[in-house]
Amino acid sequence: MSAPLLSVNNIEVIYDHVILVLKGVSLTVEQGRIVALLGANGAGKTTTLKAISNLLRSERGEVTKGYIEYRGARIDRLTPWELVKLGVVQVMEGRHCFQHLTVEENLLTGAFTRSANRAEIRRDLEKVYDYFPRLQQRRKSQAGYTSGGEQQMTAIGRALMAKPSMILLDEPSMGLAPQVVEEIFGIVRDLNQKEGVSFLLAEQNTNTALRFAEYGYILENGRVVMDGPARDLANNEDVKEFYLGLSGAGRKSFRDAKHYRRRKRWLA
Amino acid sequence: MTFFFEVLIGGLLAGVMYSLVALGFVLIYKASGVFNFAQGAMVFFAALTFVGVQEQFGLSFWPAFAVALGAMVLLGVLTEKIVLRPLVNQPQITLFMVTIGLAFFIEGLAQLVWGTNVYPLNLGIRDEPIEAILENFDMVISRFDLVAALVAGVLVAVLAVFFQVTKIGRALRAVADDHQAALSVGIPLKTIWAIVWSVAGFVALVAGLMWGARNGVQFALTFVALKALPVLILGGFASVLGAVVGGLIIGALEKLAAVYIDPPIRGGIESWFAYVAALLFLLVRPEGLFGERRIDRV
Repeated sequence: MSAPLLSVNNIEVIYDHVILVLKGVSLTVEQGRIVALLGANGAGKTTTLKAISNLLRSERGEVTKGYIEYRGARIDRLTPWELVKLGVVQVMEGRHCFQHLTVEENLLTGAFTRSANRAEIRRDLEKVYDYFPRLQQRRKSQAGYTSGGEQQMTAIGRALMAKPSMILLDEPSMGLAPQVVEEIFGIVRDLNQKEGVSFLLAEQNTNTALRFAEYGYILENGRVVMDGPARDLANNEDVKEFYLGLSGAGRKSFRDAKHYRRRKRWLA
Repeated sequence: MTFFFEVLIGGLLAGVMYSLVALGFVLIYKASGVFNFAQGAMVFFAALTFVGVQEQFGLSFWPAFAVALGAMVLLGVLTEKIVLRPLVNQPQITLFMVTIGLAFFIEGLAQLVWGTNVYPLNLGIRDEPIEAILENFDMVISRFDLVAALVAGVLVAVLAVFFQVTKIGRALRAVADDHQAALSVGIPLKTIWAIVWSVAGFVALVAGLMWGARNGVQFALTFVALKALPVLILGGFASVLGAVVGGLIIGALEKLAAVYIDPPIRGGIESWFAYVAALLFLLVRPEGLFGERRIDRV
């Protein structure tokens, strides 16, 4: 078996020299896969992504143990732009479009690290518009005035303009209507299949994420508590109960001691 | 009526000089969202370096200009390296406080290197009425003011194109909107900041030369920056065009007020009218004429 596209090996992340957020996270993303990173609020999903994309340092976070490899080479000492040049781009949680730039200008900033000529960039721009026809209609409007879904599309399109082979996608579903979420995940799958872009996808929307991903990791309190093929995870009784809100026995009372013990065992 | 136009044009041309200073603020504000308190000090530093090397080494205009520009670029790069880089992603107020410190540092440095004397600065443009206009229209328009206006016009045109059309310019605007997002798409913040501080240094140099030629190169140049404040409030902090239009309006208002309102009240109106005008304007349109409106999603 060849080396995976991305491998995170037992990393520990500390913010401000004191706050231990990740306590040994390991995961791998094979070429051409969509891998989901699941977990509740504060589990460490975003931190994991930022550790990979090296955006941690600007937030006073630091990878203190472990290492991260991309195509078999260490990347944890690179700057964010060196990483983008290598083909790893993060789409941040909350979209982070450049509000005062037009949608098209937003997309063009994505190509900053490339030294391609105008025609090439133009072609890629058209390609992004093919995937996101809505952006073409709104290309001249300031990104700040577009809808949440359009901003999410802009953010993903902007990342695409860097010609990445791997996109770290942080909570694309945040604050969006279910229909739009469905649309965006559909496009992510398209991009994965047609452009061969691999995705590492952090999501709280476990249900949707597991439908589109091939493999999943579940993070709790800065540790991976479970991993496996998406289908297995979706059918796992614990996952069903804790993340999908389903269980065999109908509605659960939280006073139920059995539930409590089971949850505790899960987190331990 | 001729007199009115003479005052108006004189005011507009004087306003261009304010625009020159305001431009420096706009550049840095656009790229880092920071109000650079040290801009006045940079104007002073640039002008002093220019006359300093002229005096000490007997250089002519262009070599001295090159040296001063080099010094400003160096200053810009060092500012990024030493001051800004450790403060990425910090609140704007932190960055603002840093520029106050920077202002004192630059003022001190300039005087440490070149001394505290007042230097005259001669650019070879005489500050006297243009005869053709005096004869044909019976108006007194200074040649110096006209040249200053032309220089400012060219500078603005170049900057506007730079910001709107080029890749670096777009990246500068992107950085201004969102540091983190800019990092995430691979825009190197340090390079961008070094560029923008260098360009602001260049603008400071041009402003310093113009103001120095008019008032002499002295510590009081740092206060020129204060005159840029009402210009920015009027024009908007993030707009190159706003700096120009704001400068023109403030310049014209000031001169007209001095001529038409001041005599009855005799309040030295020219020195404070701009601030009152800016204050009133702030009530009506806080983002300035050409400023970027805050976009809030509800």
